[in-house]
Amino acid sequence: MNYQWNWSLLLDEPYAGWLLAGLGWTVALSVVGWVIALPLGTAIGIARTSSSRWLRVLSGFYVSVFRNIPLLLQMFVWFFVVPELLPDRLGLWFKRDLPNPEFWTAALALAFYTSGRLAELFRAGLQAVPRGQVMAADATGMSRPQALRHVIMPQALRIILPPLTSEFLSIVKNSSLALTIGVLELTAQSRQIENFTFHGFEAFGAATAFYMLVALILNLVMVSLRRTLTLPVAV
Amino acid sequence: MIEFDHVNKHYGAHHVLRDITMTVSRGEVVVVCGPSGSGKSTLIKCVNALESYQSGHILVEGVDVKSKARSAAALRQRVGMVFQNFELYPHLSVIDNICIAQRVVLKRHAGEARERAWRLLDRVGLRDKAAAYPMNLSGGQQQRIAIARALALDPEIMLFDEPTSALDPEMINEVLDVMTALAADGMTMMVVTHEMGFARRVASRVVFMDKGEVVEDCSTTEFFNDTKSRADRTRQFLDKILSH
Repeated sequence: MNYQWNWSLLLDEPYAGWLLAGLGWTVALSVVGWVIALPLGTAIGIARTSSSRWLRVLSGFYVSVFRNIPLLLQMFVWFFVVPELLPDRLGLWFKRDLPNPEFWTAALALAFYTSGRLAELFRAGLQAVPRGQVMAADATGMSRPQALRHVIMPQALRIILPPLTSEFLSIVKNSSLALTIGVLELTAQSRQIENFTFHGFEAFGAATAFYMLVALILNLVMVSLRRTLTLPVAV
Repeated sequence: MIEFDHVNKHYGAHHVLRDITMTVSRGEVVVVCGPSGSGKSTLIKCVNALESYQSGHILVEGVDVKSKARSAAALRQRVGMVFQNFELYPHLSVIDNICIAQRVVLKRHAGEARERAWRLLDRVGLRDKAAAYPMNLSGGQQQRIAIARALALDPEIMLFDEPTSALDPEMINEVLDVMTALAADGMTMMVVTHEMGFARRVASRVVFMDKGEVVEDCSTTEFFNDTKSRADRTRQFLDKILSH
């Protein structure tokens, strides 16, 4: 292979700036998506275990819709279809006046998709807490929300912390699909550098390194969270 | 005081409680025994509405368990319960286990709840375990903490659902001692147990259940001493568990 390596071009302007901007959008997408998906997924997950049949059916439907449709398709639907279905003025605002419409659309799509996955995770975690614990909380007069908040959720959260870490990492990787609707996140920027310079190895290598760096940091955060939440083991 | 008035419960075709009628007076300690599946655990769980029943009435301090006039939460503050498998909250320290319902249900201030918890820890002899987590305690210690947790809400009545059945033999007495002291303080208690020694020493009455019905309901002295007047089923049961 005859290839002229040129790693230093990554430090040149405008390419360094592009990469950093891309990293910024990737982080922003992931954070906004997560901040919406976590409470939403928790609420839907709780509804999945509700004693009300209606809530269970509705939340089950929500989960099947957002978890079973490919994320890429969901992005297209949110970007191309939903604004047309909205009332005229709202649709117009979405397409014309909302700053960075592709960013917000992508973040919403990511959030809804991830919330469906998180809901199933929380449902499984809540159901994994032994029934006797629920009964003990009931027996001391706690209401259902009180029992959830103080007895069931703290235990469920500890059970699902490892897969929750995976979901957190997934949302970062899934955010790369936002390039298809025009968000210049990390993958899109590295592709753009490749287009301009024909140095694909360096450009995609840099993107890879940045994704791994983000994953590493997230992992460290979750591991330390796990340490603080781990209960003292029997001696 | 607890009054059972023709209480019936079905699980589908299975008749779990058959026409239960009896009264537990204030300060009485009633031991409920019987073979497994006889409905004794179900019976006491009806008292604090952890189980439902289809017909009849249960009055706790004069108010129907199903009455809208008193919420399930309010009922359960008056009626403490101790479970076979302790069911302490594993993510909370011992003192927090005792404080949590006081804080959340009774809305007591942290200081007040802790003060109450310390007194209860003294009462069950586990003051030095306040900061420990349940999984670092022996079964006997966990059950004593579970008793303290139930007492923290100042209940009028305590229900015990086989409190020593999950314990190693050498830990049974420490739990029974706490229960004996509680009975001596005048607590109204319903105790599902096979500890006949405890029944003999502490119970004022013994109820024997089989297949969902109350076969015997008599004073402790009658139950153990006047065996001729006991039903055949009772005698067979006693023979089996007292044979060693």
